[in-house]
Amino acid sequence: MATTAHIHAHAAPQGFIRKYIFSLDHKVIGIQYYFLALAAVFTGMFLSLLMRIHLIWPTAQIPLIGEIKPETYLSLLTMHGTIMVFFVLTTAPQSGFGNYFLPIQIGAPDMAFPVLNMLSFWTTLLAFVVMIAAFFVTGGAPLHGWTGYAPLSALPNSGPGEQLGADLWITSIAIFCIASLMGALNFITTTLDLRAKGMTLMRMPLTVWSWLITAILGLLAFGVLLSAGILLLLDRNLGTSFYVPLVVVNGQVMGHKGGSPLLWQHLFWFFGHPEVYIAILPGMGVASQLLSTFARKPIFGYRAMVYAIMAIGLLGFMVWGHHMFMSGMSPYSAFAFSLMTMSIGVPSAIKTFNWLGTLWGAKIRLHSPMLFAIGFVSLFVSGGLSGPFLAQPVLDIPLHDTYFVVGHFHLIMGVAAIFGIFGATYYWFPKMFGRMMNESLARVHFIITLVGTYAIFMPMHYLGMAGQTRRYSQFTEVAYQTKLLPVQTFMSYAAFITIGAQLIFLFNLFWSMWKGPKASDNPWEATTLEWTTATPPPHDNFGGHTPVVNHGPYEYNVPGASKDFVMQTDPATATAH
Amino acid sequence: MGLALLCIIWLITFISTYFFAAKTWWLPKGVAAAAGRIDQQFALTYLLMGLVFVLAQCALGYLVWKYRDTGSKRTVIYSHGNTKLEILWTTLTAILFVGLNLMGSPIWAAERFEPPKADALPVEVTGMQFAWYFRYPGADGKFGATKPDLIDPSSGNEAAIGLDTNDSASKDDVITGTMYIPVNREVDLQLRAVDVIHSFFVPAFRFKQDAVPGLRIRMHFTPTEIGDYEIACAELCGMGHYKMHGMVKVVSQADFDKWIAEREAAKQ
Amino acid sequence: MIGTKEPRINYGGAVTLPPIMGGGGDGSGGGPADFSDRLRRARLGLAVGLTPIIMLFVSLTSAYIVRQGLPTLDENTNRYIHDWLPVNLPWLILILNTCVLLVSSVTMEVSRRAIAREAALAPVRSIPGVSLGEETSFPWLGLTVGLGLMFLFGQWMAWRELAFRGFFLATSPSSSFVYLLTGMHALHLAGGLLALLYASAVALLRKPVESRRVVIDVTSWYWHFMAVLWIYIFALLEFAR
Repeated sequence: MATTAHIHAHAAPQGFIRKYIFSLDHKVIGIQYYFLALAAVFTGMFLSLLMRIHLIWPTAQIPLIGEIKPETYLSLLTMHGTIMVFFVLTTAPQSGFGNYFLPIQIGAPDMAFPVLNMLSFWTTLLAFVVMIAAFFVTGGAPLHGWTGYAPLSALPNSGPGEQLGADLWITSIAIFCIASLMGALNFITTTLDLRAKGMTLMRMPLTVWSWLITAILGLLAFGVLLSAGILLLLDRNLGTSFYVPLVVVNGQVMGHKGGSPLLWQHLFWFFGHPEVYIAILPGMGVASQLLSTFARKPIFGYRAMVYAIMAIGLLGFMVWGHHMFMSGMSPYSAFAFSLMTMSIGVPSAIKTFNWLGTLWGAKIRLHSPMLFAIGFVSLFVSGGLSGPFLAQPVLDIPLHDTYFVVGHFHLIMGVAAIFGIFGATYYWFPKMFGRMMNESLARVHFIITLVGTYAIFMPMHYLGMAGQTRRYSQFTEVAYQTKLLPVQTFMSYAAFITIGAQLIFLFNLFWSMWKGPKASDNPWEATTLEWTTATPPPHDNFGGHTPVVNHGPYEYNVPGASKDFVMQTDPATATAH
Repeated sequence: MGLALLCIIWLITFISTYFFAAKTWWLPKGVAAAAGRIDQQFALTYLLMGLVFVLAQCALGYLVWKYRDTGSKRTVIYSHGNTKLEILWTTLTAILFVGLNLMGSPIWAAERFEPPKADALPVEVTGMQFAWYFRYPGADGKFGATKPDLIDPSSGNEAAIGLDTNDSASKDDVITGTMYIPVNREVDLQLRAVDVIHSFFVPAFRFKQDAVPGLRIRMHFTPTEIGDYEIACAELCGMGHYKMHGMVKVVSQADFDKWIAEREAAKQ
Repeated sequence: MIGTKEPRINYGGAVTLPPIMGGGGDGSGGGPADFSDRLRRARLGLAVGLTPIIMLFVSLTSAYIVRQGLPTLDENTNRYIHDWLPVNLPWLILILNTCVLLVSSVTMEVSRRAIAREAALAPVRSIPGVSLGEETSFPWLGLTVGLGLMFLFGQWMAWRELAFRGFFLATSPSSSFVYLLTGMHALHLAGGLLALLYASAVALLRKPVESRRVVIDVTSWYWHFMAVLWIYIFALLEFAR
């Protein structure tokens, strides 16, 4: 008899530290990531609150902070963007929910490499601490924007905050790259190697597909960001000239020579564009999952949805130059990038049509997760349709670096992706914490947030067309922009209300963890594997049993079936798919 | 809730569309030769995208209301999709997006692939933290040499761009903080930056180009109406980015000649 | 409906399906993983993990190639010039280092196959009364570690030679790339060395041989990759000048 042919699955850990702090359990790690993202999003929102206040009242005295100076505004802007993109949008949808539910949805007891998983969380947390530290060093946080264009980011004397603060910012991002790569490794290996019997690739829920493709994007993109950051650190601290040509700052000739600022832009955006797809793809997966579950209908065009996710991922690597149409890059390259960028609208449109197709002829249950999924589709359409403007270089001429761009990416990343996170939270909260969130509070949260975010970000398109440039700390100097202040005022007030409404969500979240009504194992009557197990799931997810999958992920209202849903592990019948 | 969702989505759609249609806040009047074609392409894009926007949002709102679960015994249309439909809307979308792109390409080519005309007015624009300087080559038509170690923004326009006064071609160079250009004559712009990336943006001209240190970027445009137009820096360049603006004054050729002559005389 | 107790699909008492452990179908079929699963999984993880390292060096290569050919604006003459001056590499030292690294790859491979054999024989060895005779316990792993350290020391010597010739990190664009590319490689190799030291440590701690085999197998593939990567970098710096 084989001696060590089987490794016994690791027994559930004892003790508070092993169970909740240094846990190897993907479920605990997922929740840790989620709370990190929660802390990050409230930090990021606070920064944007200060920004919105400053824009309409530039000389206001903020309690405990004083007056916000122009350079401080730029630091707020930089850190807001960086924290939101990295520590919220790359963390919560992928590392948070993906970590928790990928293994369960494919029928695995844990991720492929639990120790690596734990390390990836703590490394992410370290990156966050280093990032926040930038606020507290001499000079403060950097002011070069989340995009960190050189030479502004490469010259310590180009502005306040560009000394130690900038070095910490780069270091934090480098640490984050490594953490993300560790996570991507785990996700891909797990999805390829740990699927349960019967869980073919074409039976995986679309959430799993989105986590897989997102992980592949991250795997390919974060290494490039890391190299960009290393070159920047070298330019800043060791006198190299990768990005900096001969420049004169305040009458002082700097010691660099021959570097290319465009090199930074190429490297950064080669990462940066896939990054924004990393931010949105998991939300698309969640939207598909929620729409199907609550419409009580299979997702319309499952295969097309899978191919669309793959196409978006692949094309996402070929479009980075559309951020650089005005940069001095060759106009011939601009033409090529433009064509690719317009093409990426096609798989995005396919997904939207399929979401609408899922709703057609359905029996929609308008519970809170569904509200956010519907909101996601609306916001994705709105944010997506401003893309074809920016994708054409001639139209980018008036619109680049204006509020039009800010409106575009906020509607997609700052709202649609966030709605994906909200929807996922309301949906999976019962499974994670064993209780239901309050439905009335959820509806209020939804309505205020949907209307509020449209009120904040839709007017930005008008401002952009009127020529209002972005990253201006105030609009008092350029006459044609001063005329647009009333719109800014409207947006700020909308922001105050919308940010306030998020406290409703926060309250609902924490209150329900302790006081919410107890949830059954499958309160939404859903079909995927996480709903077949106990609430919350046991340590090895399935209680010593390994699931066997007989059906596709979205078998709702199958003609002839006794219930209006067939779970993936239900016995194979004539209606097996 | 279904009806509420329909109303909210439709209201948001119609209010947003109203402000687009009413052009309440819009691109300023285009006063450059390229503006006409750019604005045409813009109009085509926003009409098509606007149509898609309204249709998609209204469809979403409608479907959510019409197919909500009212407790009735209506059967759900069980469907995994429709391949023909997928092919149809994929093709249509591809034609729409790629078509739009191809329609805009000749305009881009005309703007960027063509060299400046022979009689274009050469102007060198230099951006630095936080001001724009404009240099005219004078009668000899040549820009004088500049040297980085001569750059001193506190000592006047010529020192600001580091003009090497020993170079004979520098003697007739006129350097100002306000840009004067004659109407209906192409401007052959050379963009430079001294410290970080800036961007020369004049909304009325539909003109924008980043000024990049280490590069000398040549662009051209032709103003078509006399007037004063603001320049706004359109690339984050530091704490003074918000006040790095300037002025372009488009005047008649006669007025321009007079202005240049005055500047040359003032140098004596 | 939501919030109410509903009939659970009970996998405990009245079992609808017999539990199926391991193997079959797609993926590993779930259940506790055996060592062949773990080995396959670790190798897959390594293949995935090598991808970002490749991307890192691809982006550095791209920066290198583009920078070589990039015309730069000479601020004094306002003309575009090509300012790339190739670095004369300390050939002898680098060739020696390459040989050391290649030999270390050989010793690593021998070590990998040795432990694979050991792991395959482990079940047999556990049968009481069966003896397979003396095992050669030549420390191939230790030799690899030593050669790896020698390589790193050799790279350090190459850097010193470059400095002696007046080429420092910031001296010129070409010298920056020489230090950058060799430095990044050395950093990754050092990581591999740490893995080897860990493998040696687990050997001394008498972990089960199958467990050690997985560590050494994965580390050896990583090690071979580092050798191939070094040859690539050396060729790039020498021939794409």
